Amino acid sequence: MIIVFALFLLSLLVITALAIVRTENLFVAVMLTSIFSLLMAANFFILDAADVALTEAAVGAGITTVIFLGALALTAEREKPSRAGWRFPLLVVGVLATLIIYATFDKPRLGDPDAPVHQHLAPWYLEKTPEYMDIPNVVTAVLGSFRGYDTLGEVFVVFAACIGVLFILGVRPEADPGPKVEDSAGLRHHLIPQVVGRILIPFIVLFGLYVQFHGEYGPGGGFQAGALIATGVILYALLEGEEAALRAVPRPVLLALVIGGATLYGGVGLACILLGGNFLDYSVLSADPVVGQQTGILLIEAGVGMAVCGALLSIFHAFAARRIRP
Amino acid sequence: MIEAVLDILSWILLCLGSGFVLVGGIGALRLPGFYTRLHAASLTDTMATILIFTGLILQAGLSLAALKLVAIMLFLLLTGPTASYALANAALQSGMRPDAGKLAPQAAGKAG
Repeated sequence: MIIVFALFLLSLLVITALAIVRTENLFVAVMLTSIFSLLMAANFFILDAADVALTEAAVGAGITTVIFLGALALTAEREKPSRAGWRFPLLVVGVLATLIIYATFDKPRLGDPDAPVHQHLAPWYLEKTPEYMDIPNVVTAVLGSFRGYDTLGEVFVVFAACIGVLFILGVRPEADPGPKVEDSAGLRHHLIPQVVGRILIPFIVLFGLYVQFHGEYGPGGGFQAGALIATGVILYALLEGEEAALRAVPRPVLLALVIGGATLYGGVGLACILLGGNFLDYSVLSADPVVGQQTGILLIEAGVGMAVCGALLSIFHAFAARRIRP
Repeated sequence: MIEAVLDILSWILLCLGSGFVLVGGIGALRLPGFYTRLHAASLTDTMATILIFTGLILQAGLSLAALKLVAIMLFLLLTGPTASYALANAALQSGMRPDAGKLAPQAAGKAG
């Protein structure tokens, strides 16, 4: 039964991907990308990857769409007609597709317990997580502790992306605030979305905090929580206007979140060295290694959440602050 | 006995809800003009949500899952119609006349 549903979702994915390629209206393409992400999230959930599904739904279907729309408002809505021929791209795609399909013949069956990936490190992670960290969610243990270096890298990628976008878009002469854009007033005069938004925003932020601090026990963690909280604030910005959102969470706070998050993560690693362990080896953070690991994971997850939330909101504001193209 | 009745009742609700989703989908594709399509699509936000979630709650019985389903249903019932309203309002603000479908079918076809 579940395999039928998975096949249905995968065919929908292919159809959506083809539609994205074919459409020339970029607005439609953005909406289809959002649908693609949502389908992908459902797919991940069927494959029992709840953490990844939550990330895909929050970041892919939620925030990315808003940022894409912000970018579209600054550029054009229609794709420029391409003058390049179609033969060479078709050839490249054909060869690549053949290679990938050929490679799948060697792939183990879906969910095969004898697959190499289940023989190598995964059993060790599953076996050692209760012993080292004593937390139920192995994904968080792998993400935060066993592969802490990778996650540190990801946080710095988010950090670098935020800095990059701010460098390109964020610079604006203060003397020229430009004429007030009509849209910056948000939906202030629209009673129904505003009332509903006021009811929902606290719950969205609360759910974000729950996902943040419940990451050791259920699906979730810093990435998902950061995206969810950012969604709440962006909703506020859409309803009350960007100015109100900036008054609630000013730019310096956002930058402090990004920098503080990345610094917190790196700082925990350095603290481990100072306490006599290896970089990001949280066992030394407390007298009891298990408590040390739990503290370390909690701290770095907080760092991840801060960095992601701050970066997404900074990027959103960087787009929103630009004058809409006439 | 009572379980069988609940089971049958929940399946009736689920099927009815799925029917509403189907009608909404067909309507969103087939009806002329933007507002009529939105009208059809908003069926899935309200009626289908209530029916399907009531069916699912009957399936779940008295449990934590039922409580979560109620929460999700409330969330969807709040956001769905609001989104429909915002969409219709945005269309109206951008100058799309609700009677465009009646007066100029070819223009309405483009608008959808």
